[in-house]
Amino acid sequence: MREIPVLEVKDLRTVFLTDAGPVRAVDGVSFTVMPGETLGIVGESGSGKSVTALSLLRLLEEPARIVGGSIRFQGRDLLAMDQEALRALRGDRISMVFQDPMTGLNPVVRILRQLTEHMVAHGRATPAEAKSRAISLLGRMGITAPERSAARFPHEFSGGMRQRVMLGIGFANDPALLIADEPTTALDVTIQAQILDLLRRLNGEFGTAIVLISHDLGVIADVCRRVAVMYAGEVVEEAGTAAVLADPRHPYAWALVNAVPRIGTPLGTDRRLVAIEGAPPDPLALPAGCRFAPRCPFRIARCETEHPPLAEVAPGRLARCWVTQAGEVLPKAGVAGFVGTARIPVATQPILSVRGLEKRFPLPRESLLAPRRVVHAVNGIDLDVARGETLGVVGESGCGKSTLARLITRIHAPSAGSIVFDGQEIGQASAAEIRPLRRRLQMVFQDPYASLNPRMRVGDILAEPLIAHGLIGRGAAARERVTELLATVGLNPAWATRCPHEFSGGQRQRISIARALALQPDMILADEPISALDVNIQAQILNLMLDLQQRMGLTYLFIAHDLAVVRHLCDRVAVLYLGKVMELAPSAELFARPLHPYSSVLISAVPGRAGRILLQGEPPSTLAKPTGCPFRGRCPIARPICETPPPLVEHAPGCFAACHFPGEFAPPPSP
Amino acid sequence: MSGAIALPAVPSRRSRLWRRYGLAGFGAGIVLAWILIALLAPWLSPYPPDFVEVTNRLQPPSATHWLGTDALGRDCFSRLLHGARVSLLAGFSVVVLGAGFGTLLGMVAAYARGWVDEALMRLTDLVLCFPPIILALAIAAALGIGTTNTIIAMLVVWWPKFARLARALALVQRGQEYVEAAVVLGLKPARILGRHIVPNAVGPLVVLVTLDVGNAIITFAGLSFLGLGVVPPTPEWGAMVAEGRELVEQWWVATFPGLAILTIVLGFNFLGDGVRDWLDPKARSR
Amino acid sequence: MLRYVLTRLLGAAVMAVLAILVVFLIANTVPGDPVLAQLGDLAASNPDTVMEWRAKWGLDLPLWERYGLFLWGVLHGDLGISIASQRPVLADIAQYAPATIELATIAFVVALAVGIPLGIAAAVRRDSWVDAAARVISLVGVSSPTFWLAFIMLAIFYGGLQIAPGPGRLDPIAFPPEEVTGLFLIDSLLAGDWDTFHDTAAHLVLPSIVLAAATIGLITRTTRAAMLEAMQQDYVRVSRAKGLRERFIILRHVLPNALIPVVTLGGIAYANLLAGAVMTETVFSWPGLGRYTFRSAAALDFPAIMGITLVVSVSTLLVNLLVDLSYAALDPRVRR
Repeated sequence: MREIPVLEVKDLRTVFLTDAGPVRAVDGVSFTVMPGETLGIVGESGSGKSVTALSLLRLLEEPARIVGGSIRFQGRDLLAMDQEALRALRGDRISMVFQDPMTGLNPVVRILRQLTEHMVAHGRATPAEAKSRAISLLGRMGITAPERSAARFPHEFSGGMRQRVMLGIGFANDPALLIADEPTTALDVTIQAQILDLLRRLNGEFGTAIVLISHDLGVIADVCRRVAVMYAGEVVEEAGTAAVLADPRHPYAWALVNAVPRIGTPLGTDRRLVAIEGAPPDPLALPAGCRFAPRCPFRIARCETEHPPLAEVAPGRLARCWVTQAGEVLPKAGVAGFVGTARIPVATQPILSVRGLEKRFPLPRESLLAPRRVVHAVNGIDLDVARGETLGVVGESGCGKSTLARLITRIHAPSAGSIVFDGQEIGQASAAEIRPLRRRLQMVFQDPYASLNPRMRVGDILAEPLIAHGLIGRGAAARERVTELLATVGLNPAWATRCPHEFSGGQRQRISIARALALQPDMILADEPISALDVNIQAQILNLMLDLQQRMGLTYLFIAHDLAVVRHLCDRVAVLYLGKVMELAPSAELFARPLHPYSSVLISAVPGRAGRILLQGEPPSTLAKPTGCPFRGRCPIARPICETPPPLVEHAPGCFAACHFPGEFAPPPSP
Repeated sequence: MSGAIALPAVPSRRSRLWRRYGLAGFGAGIVLAWILIALLAPWLSPYPPDFVEVTNRLQPPSATHWLGTDALGRDCFSRLLHGARVSLLAGFSVVVLGAGFGTLLGMVAAYARGWVDEALMRLTDLVLCFPPIILALAIAAALGIGTTNTIIAMLVVWWPKFARLARALALVQRGQEYVEAAVVLGLKPARILGRHIVPNAVGPLVVLVTLDVGNAIITFAGLSFLGLGVVPPTPEWGAMVAEGRELVEQWWVATFPGLAILTIVLGFNFLGDGVRDWLDPKARSR
Repeated sequence: MLRYVLTRLLGAAVMAVLAILVVFLIANTVPGDPVLAQLGDLAASNPDTVMEWRAKWGLDLPLWERYGLFLWGVLHGDLGISIASQRPVLADIAQYAPATIELATIAFVVALAVGIPLGIAAAVRRDSWVDAAARVISLVGVSSPTFWLAFIMLAIFYGGLQIAPGPGRLDPIAFPPEEVTGLFLIDSLLAGDWDTFHDTAAHLVLPSIVLAAATIGLITRTTRAAMLEAMQQDYVRVSRAKGLRERFIILRHVLPNALIPVVTLGGIAYANLLAGAVMTETVFSWPGLGRYTFRSAAALDFPAIMGITLVVSVSTLLVNLLVDLSYAALDPRVRR
């Protein structure tokens, strides 16, 4: 007997009715999910993947509207249903988990009621039954002491715990289909690994079909057998996930696969990543031919004029591409990455030297009598950065990496310790004393939307530091320098008169880099400069940073949470945990032979890899100053001696680790 | 092909703009009209505002006296037009001075932090714990009757809310990455405040100022009504209502000045509401 | 929780002590001269009379000494003697306060009962005619001068239509109920006197509507804004994805969150109603604190003004304290 698909989407079309005209966010999307199957949908922001997810449950709000196609759930057309019938399915047969667990739970309602209300509403259980089921669900989701937890409020839970609760809500009525929209994007990598593992297990145990939406192919590869790649509102490729990763058949999928450095692949000789130029098309003016054609390195004449259909290019593989449909094979990208002799700092004097750096943030008193609470953000960091190298700093949220950047740039004053920049002590110097030095030490910020003053023109943003330091007068000289800067970062110099909001995220980040370059610094601190960007844009920005480094001999301190990127870009890497350096080693060494157990865990948690070590629990609160080894509470090999803090010691040439048992925790075999 | 799908009609941009900002435009019209009246009052009024004609007292509205006459036989219409001057003057000066002083204090507190911040904010808390009307009443009574004294009394209670808002806005700005970037670029504090913090923090202040002019006008009229605002025979709407409040039969004496206050305050509130919608990106996107 | 209450109490006490200082400074450093206001021009022209009068009220002592005396008195429940009424200020306040409390409380209940449902309806039916009506009602409410609205209401419903009773708390010929709380509604109920109860209630209708007008506007707008804010939160979408009914989502998920800011505003609004009754009471000849304040201010009766300001600001602090505590009840994030 032929099985009925759980979900059968045909030619789905969703538009946003905007002032400028209807935006076709989802434009003829079709796919099928069989019972118990896992399908991933991947694409960059604006590709229509999240709108597709919301369309499936008809959860769109004005001005979005579904204008065509069909969505069949177990054979019934969801688009033809009345609200009441649809409501009966939502949360019962089909459930959905959203991106941000911090806002998805109602802050004033106890966890228990949020887990049980839809069991009761759908008539699946009496309140008493629902309660016992909710408690057992919490247990299955990996929440300790489920009975006590159920009586709590969401703010008492961490992000990872809340996402477990959200999953519990999703599975409460044993649905046939779970739609998960970027469920791990807001989480740290070790927590992400836990949640993905849980999703995989639940798929097996409940037999629930899963549609997982993500911008990260690695995440999808972890959970889904099949993947649909979306671009500009369309599915451009659909195939087995492993097949797409190994041999993509649509140039966009090809770019997506190759733009991301993979932690499992061997490092090549060139650090530049494969980055396709340009940005997705304006949704109001879609190209007549293939929507990817303007950016496609493989395009042929036909692509410009004729819109390709989604057609089979190999058994079980669909692609929307004239080139591969004609039997062409996309080339293997040169293996990206850099190996060989890392520039390990030798006897030269470091450009930046940090010793015993500490930072405590007192929180505002809650009332007159309450004791003042303190966040221990940085708890004694020692680092040297050699001239011309790129030092990566990685760690999960709360490890103090952003604070470290703000201490070195003296946005904040350190509570203790010294910072020596090119022989000058700046840790305790006054703002006026530092001002002349600031020319030589610049910073690029994380959020391209927040780091540019929205009320200034780009030209003024770039000229302001020059004028303030008296390097240049107003007028022609300033304009000339601005033109030069914009050209340096690959932007059209004519855009100097525009305001930041007229630019995309990637372009803004280029402006941010141009601003940092304006003063011709020796060193740039980059605080997660690419984490808010889509992978293709990430690759563009990383390539730009590499070019600039080569041309100008810059020194980088590169802060990131993405280990693959750090491995790819950096000469040396420092791993931070709870405001302390756990390990500091040349990049190749660190990833091949991590000395600290935390490094091993972090490396293995990167999605899209086999042989994962799952770390239990979450980082402890930064409100208490860590004693002993900060990691010992979660460490798989912790012993009593770890009560005494291990010093950061050189165990091999250039390889430092703060662990009593360096290298003892064996890394998983690399696949 | 996608072209075959019929797209639902989008309500025209104009009709939505009208729905969203129609009231604000209406409010702006009212405010503008009253400002013109205040400026042109001497030329618009048929009689001098304090022209007493006892023989002609308490006449109902007629062709010669459009809004009737009061207990002293003065022309209510002329007094009404002149009343706009005092009200607008008091409203604007209280809000502009109060907002200026409060904003300065709030921004300084946010920028200085530490004990300066603590002290300034405790001071605002202290003033805020007094009910504004009572405190203004006490101060106005102590200072004595008169427009300037009443404005001073109102200023004492007026600045704290601006100080609070300005401080909160400045604190938000301080944490913005572009302000941090300005620090890293080595800009001087005055430039950071003037070029990066203030321009991005003024939006909500503008809303509060617009909404508040109406508020100030109503409070001033209230103090006048209680006999503290203006020295008679200055034409002032609150005082005019007070003069007519026992005269239920001669309803026109108190009714029209009150309507004047209502319309002008309504004008400012419509306008402020519109400005708020316009500045609130969340409301704007929909 | 106990600690939370204690710390809030202590904070309120510190503010109260500071408030006393401010009141004292205002009363004693501003140029108004109570001598002129009290004695009249004729008596004030005689230096001996003035000296004697000043000595009697302690006005000849140095400032800090007077502050000491005042503070000492306050700690003993002695707010001084009113110059105008020649009675202890505290006794005056105790006499006039119940009328104001009764009026303000009823007005507050009216404002909440109208404002919250209107705000909810406006938010749920955003951009509909309900929303437009709520907007206009609330804007007209906050834009109407209280004293004028009071006059208009009296002129229409008492003078014109004659369906409402006139000024005052009771008919001129009626006797007040036996005093227990001073709140006529409660006292008449306690006495089982239905006629008086009815009379009191009828007299409360117009002034409480007038007093509530501006507050209705404020509450409606705050409720609407808070509802809209809460309706945009992710948990609402999650609730929809759970298949809950829209009505259930609004009442059980959105409203509890939206009420949190409304409570803050409610506290401030109630304190302002107590204080803002000045004009309503003046027009309605309501024998409450408002009229007492106005008379004392006009007569520059500084002991009375200080006493009132003190009592009202301390009650403001108390209301704020209650708000803080109900916060803790509504929002689990505040509880510790």
